[in-house]
Order: sequence, then structure tokens, then C-alpha cells
Amino acid sequence: MKTFIKSTVAASALVVAAGAASAACTIDSGRVNIIGNEFPAIQTVATAAAECTGATIEANLTADHQTLNVAGMSGNPAEYTSAIVANSSIVALINEDVIQPLDALVAEYGKDIPQRQLITVDGKVMAVAFMANAQTLAYRSDVLEEVGLAVPSTYDEVLVAAKAIRDAGIMENPVGGPYAAGWNLAQEFNNMYIGHGGEFFEPGTANISINNAQGVATLEMMKALTEYMNPDYLTHDSNGTQAEWEAGNVALMHMWGSRMQNLMDTEGSEPQVYENTKVAGPLMVGDSGVPATTLWWDGWTVAKNISDEDAAATFQALAHAVAPSTLNDTTMDQAVWLIEGYEPAPVSEGVLAAVKAGSKPYPMLPYMGLLHTASGDNIADFLTGKESAEQTLADIEAAYTAAAKEQGYVK
Amino acid sequence: MKHSSFFWFVLPSTLLMLAFIAFPIVSVVSQSFYSAHEQVVVQVKNCGPFGCTMETSVDQEATAAIREAEPLGKFAGLDIYTDRNHLAFGEVAAAWVNSDGLPDFGRSLMNLPFYKALGFTLTYTAIVTPLTILLGFFVAIAVNSVAKALKGPTIFFSLLPMIVTPLVGSLILFWMVDARGILGTGLQWLTDDPNLSVKASTGLMWIMLMVYGVWHAAPFAFVVFYAGLQTVNTDTLESAMVDGATRWERIRFVVVPHLLPLVTFVALIQLMDNFRVFEPIVSFQASAHATSLSYAIYNDLGGETRLLSSAAATSVLTIIGIAILLSPVLVRTWRDFDRK
Repeated sequence: MKTFIKSTVAASALVVAAGAASAACTIDSGRVNIIGNEFPAIQTVATAAAECTGATIEANLTADHQTLNVAGMSGNPAEYTSAIVANSSIVALINEDVIQPLDALVAEYGKDIPQRQLITVDGKVMAVAFMANAQTLAYRSDVLEEVGLAVPSTYDEVLVAAKAIRDAGIMENPVGGPYAAGWNLAQEFNNMYIGHGGEFFEPGTANISINNAQGVATLEMMKALTEYMNPDYLTHDSNGTQAEWEAGNVALMHMWGSRMQNLMDTEGSEPQVYENTKVAGPLMVGDSGVPATTLWWDGWTVAKNISDEDAAATFQALAHAVAPSTLNDTTMDQAVWLIEGYEPAPVSEGVLAAVKAGSKPYPMLPYMGLLHTASGDNIADFLTGKESAEQTLADIEAAYTAAAKEQGYVK
Repeated sequence: MKHSSFFWFVLPSTLLMLAFIAFPIVSVVSQSFYSAHEQVVVQVKNCGPFGCTMETSVDQEATAAIREAEPLGKFAGLDIYTDRNHLAFGEVAAAWVNSDGLPDFGRSLMNLPFYKALGFTLTYTAIVTPLTILLGFFVAIAVNSVAKALKGPTIFFSLLPMIVTPLVGSLILFWMVDARGILGTGLQWLTDDPNLSVKASTGLMWIMLMVYGVWHAAPFAFVVFYAGLQTVNTDTLESAMVDGATRWERIRFVVVPHLLPLVTFVALIQLMDNFRVFEPIVSFQASAHATSLSYAIYNDLGGETRLLSSAAATSVLTIIGIAILLSPVLVRTWRDFDRK
């Protein structure tokens, strides 16, 4: 019992200390309930929001947030007063009309939020971004040194390096990437297609147009890369690829900026692996001049179907959560923060290089999610050699068109 | 029983069945006849940390009015059922005309998502159901003849596959057959092919899913048959023994006929279960090689844009599929009932 009291006191002291470290946040009244994905940076934001006093503050952080947020915000009053989303997933919330414009709230409570963090759609602020993300190259400096090659900057150089590493007998399958069938594989297709200078849709319409030379080149490059991957690559999502990397089986990998920290920390791998893990910029492919990657932001929104009181409380709590006071020694390296006062670390060089190189953001189109699903369902047929590239692209187009018709985007 | 007391007796369960079984099905069926309204889109300027772009967005005000008028959506009749992602009448007809012989037609058919899913679902059901019954039966016979002291532990171990949650059970197998797992490496060593991977080969993936299906469901058949074995008439068995029947003959002519009604029952349950095969596909991450009707529904609802009508149509088609599959068994049960 004594130890229990002791630890309780110690815990409260810690909480007080943490509260004192950041600026005070007092809300008059209201209810805040946040839904979002689960990774360290978002956990930091939710924890910081919970520091505010005066309102009831809850958070539901889960990898299944996308299947819950629309349903949880459609009721009136909505269960969740805020959803933390990315530039792909905000579209579903806008389509269903469950989030509200924040202009009035920004004017009243958010004067300190810098303009670059405000996500505006048609001039109206719909979200406040707090971090950026992009997929870039991670490489093993020791392995590249051993084969005497420079850090690849294009996918063709990746193939050359992969062959050299295999021929030198260092690794059998030196290339990695999140190529799991479904969302991940479709995202790799999107990256590569953008890198080839392709356009997903006929300009100004929802009519798909990917069955072209860039589409074929995209698929062929992906297949060439898979020749150097673990044969199980179609089941390797980001977690699976990370495990391969940490096991020391991979030397060149296309990976999310938000995960580089996990690769470079001392957990899960031998010193030889984590000490030589380095982050490079985005890879180029073809001669389009656009990197084969997409830029992402993560940000928070405020639900539409809630009282003004709850909306104000939600905005204040989250504005506090993304204030400069949130950044400290522990949280600084968790992401490429868009918050004032962020100091880049080596892990974030990739994302910053991707921004600098003029990478395109992931398209915020209402029908992009349909294309993403259609690609994820069909690309594996080409990679496993079941059909030609043209047939796969035609299948994606047909699957997308049927879905887009059902959703009313295509006549 | 009087009519009125019968009525009050079944009323609670009837209400529950209406609320939790009938109404959801009615809702799903009606959803499948509607599609989303034609979207009113506008070109807007989107700005964020990476600059501004002109992009398309849904015009909320215009859409809200249309949604208000017809909340269910636009009536689509059977359009969703016949589109390419479901029964694909147009594509099937085109494939029939353009194909070069039956195998070519089959390939075109298997390229369509619904038929691909149906192909795996039916194969899985057709192979896993009889194997489950056979395996369950032999395990029951074997356990029944084990010495009494060992019976408890044997029954417990035989039930384990069913006690283990499907997701966990399939994950364990998934890691074992990984290219670096014990079974995966063993297979590479046996075949002398370092690039052989269960997860990369469609055929091996199908086999693994079915092995898992049998492994997981056999305990159910075993329990049912084991219970049935306890009711076999010992007099008949003994008189068969006196007549000089071997062990095999006793099983063939006494035990099996006695258990036959149970086989119908197990087959019925297993047909329904196997037609809904889903968890192993998710946990084996097998969607590149095998999809089922249930997986198609999950996929429609799990994307960034939920395809409600598409999922509803696939659900209705699944219900119809199960009804067709069960009809022989149901007809047989009805006849048995009628005879009495």
C-alpha cells in the first residue's frame, strides 16, 4: 500500500512537471474526443491535447481509424469531435461532409498557427497539419562501400547496385520496400507512375488514363526491382520490410520517413546494421524530373455535427497540442514536424530532400481512393507473371471505372 | 401445445431474429439496388505545406440538397449486380465471343474479380468440407479406442486447433511457412530450390489455405462424431463381432450408418462456414493469390472510399450462393422429415 501511494505521488508529480514544462492550457468547458492512427508522433499530439484542463478529453488511437472515423462522425452529435487524418484520408471526410471549416476558430483561437500548417480547400481551412512524411531511400553505407558504388539516386542505379551486391555474394535479395498486395503495392505504383511523369486522370475529369507508356514502364520497373527482393515480397508491408532490414538481409529500401527512426535506433538489430543505416533523398526514374515519391501531411480536423462549445474546446486542445511547446528532446525526432521550432535530425533528411526536390503531394481527389484500391487488387497479377502489363493496366482501369460509376463520379 | 401458448413461447426469439437477422438482410438487399448520386464536383484551389494545387472536390451544398431528397441514393436496379466488379455480364459475354476455346474463356473469367473470388471460394468449400469430415471421423474413431486414462488429454489436444483463435492459428502457420521460417526453409531444402516460396506461389498458397482450413475445422467434426460414437448400440457391435466381422467391417456396416445423420449436420455447418472463408486470407496476406466473396466485401468496405452498394451486392450474392449450395442437404432433410 505504501509503495502504491508513493508511486501515485511520484506519478502526479511527473504529470505536474510535464504540465509546467509546456504552456498552460485551460478550456472553459466542452467535450473532446480524438480518433487517429497509432504511431509515436500522433500519440504525442494526443497526449499534449490531454494536458488541457476544463474539458473532458479522450482519444482513440488505432490502426483501424479509417474504418471508424466516418461512422463515428456521421451521427449528430458526433462521437468523435476530431479526426487526425492525412492528405489521402481527409478526402473521405470531406466527401461525407462530416468536418467543418475552421476559419472562424482559427481567427479566434489559432492566431499563432503559421499559415503553412493550414490546409485550405477552396479557400476554407479544413485541417491543421503538424507533420510531413514521404517515402525515400534507406541504404546500408557499409554494403555500398564494399561493392564500391555511390548512393543511388535513380531506380536504374538501384538495380545496378542490387546486382553488384548479389554478385559479390553479400546478400541474396538486397532490395526491399513495402510491396504487400493491396494499399502498399498500389502506393508504390503511384510513386513510380508519378516519377515517370504520368497523369492518373484525364485533366479535369474522373476518367482514368493509366494504360499508357508510363504505366507499362512503371510496372516493368517494379517487376525488375522485385527480382532482387525476398520472394515473399507480396506479403511484406512496412512492418515486414522493416523486419527484413533489421535482420540485415536488405541494403537498399524504399521506406517512409516516419519509420527511419525505427531503423536507426538500437532496438531490433545488430550494431552493424543500425550504425550503417543511412537515409537518402527520393529516387528518380525516367527523365520526367519529378521524384518517384509523394508528399504527405498529417493533420487534425474538427467534426461538423457537434456543438459550438465542443468545437471550440476541440480546436483549443489540439491547437495547444501542436504548439511549439510540444517539441522537446523526446518528441523532436518522432517526425518531420511542421511546428515552429522543429530542428531537423539526420533521420528526417529524406523527407526534407523530397520536399526540396519538388516531389508532388499525394492527390487530394475524391476518387483517388477508388483508384488506389483498384490498383492494389490487380498489380500482383503482373508481378507474379500471370498477365501482361497492358492487361493489368486495363484491369485496373475497368475495376476503377465500375467503382467510380457506382460512386457517381463517372457516367 | 395450444396456438396461443406456442405464440407467446416463440415470440421473444422471433422478435430477436427479426431485429438481428431479417432487418439487416432487408437493409443490405435494398442498399444493393441503389448507387451513390451523381457527384457534383467543382474545381477548387487546395493549399497546404507543399504549396497550392488546383484539384477537384465534391460540391457539398449541391450534394446536400440531392441527398436530402433521396437519402438512399440513386435507384440503380440490377446495375451493381451486373457491373464488372460483380457478375460482369458484359465482360463475360465479350470473353465468350472473343475467347479461343474453353481454357482461354476460363482464364478471362478468372480475371474478373467476382469469378476469381467465387472460383477460390468454391474450390475451398469443395475440398475442405469432405476432408474435414473424413479427418474428424478418423480422429473420433482413434480417440474412441484410446485407453481410458489417456482419453482426457487426447481429446484436449485434438480440440486445440479449434480453441486457438483463427487469426492467431493462421499467423503461426504464416510465420512457419515464411521463406525464412522452419517449414519454408524445410521446403526449400527438400525441393533444392532456394527461391521457392509458399507465399509467392498461387498453387502453394491455395494448398496452405486449405490445409489450414481442414486443421482448424476438423475438431468440430471430431467432437460431433465422438459424441455420436458414444451412442452406438453395443449389442449390435458385439453381435457383429460374434458373426466374425473385422474392425473395418464393423465401422463400415454398423458405425457409419449410425453416424450418417450427423454427417449431414456437419456437412451443413461446414458448407456454410467454408463458403464464408475469410480470416485465413487476411492473416496469410493471401489476397494476391486468393480472394473469397467475404474478402471482396471486406475489401469494398476497407478502402478509403467505402463502396457500400458494391459490398451489399456481394453480400446478397453470397447469401444466394449459400442457399444454392445448401439446397440438396435441405431438400434431403425435408424429405426425411416428411417420411416420418
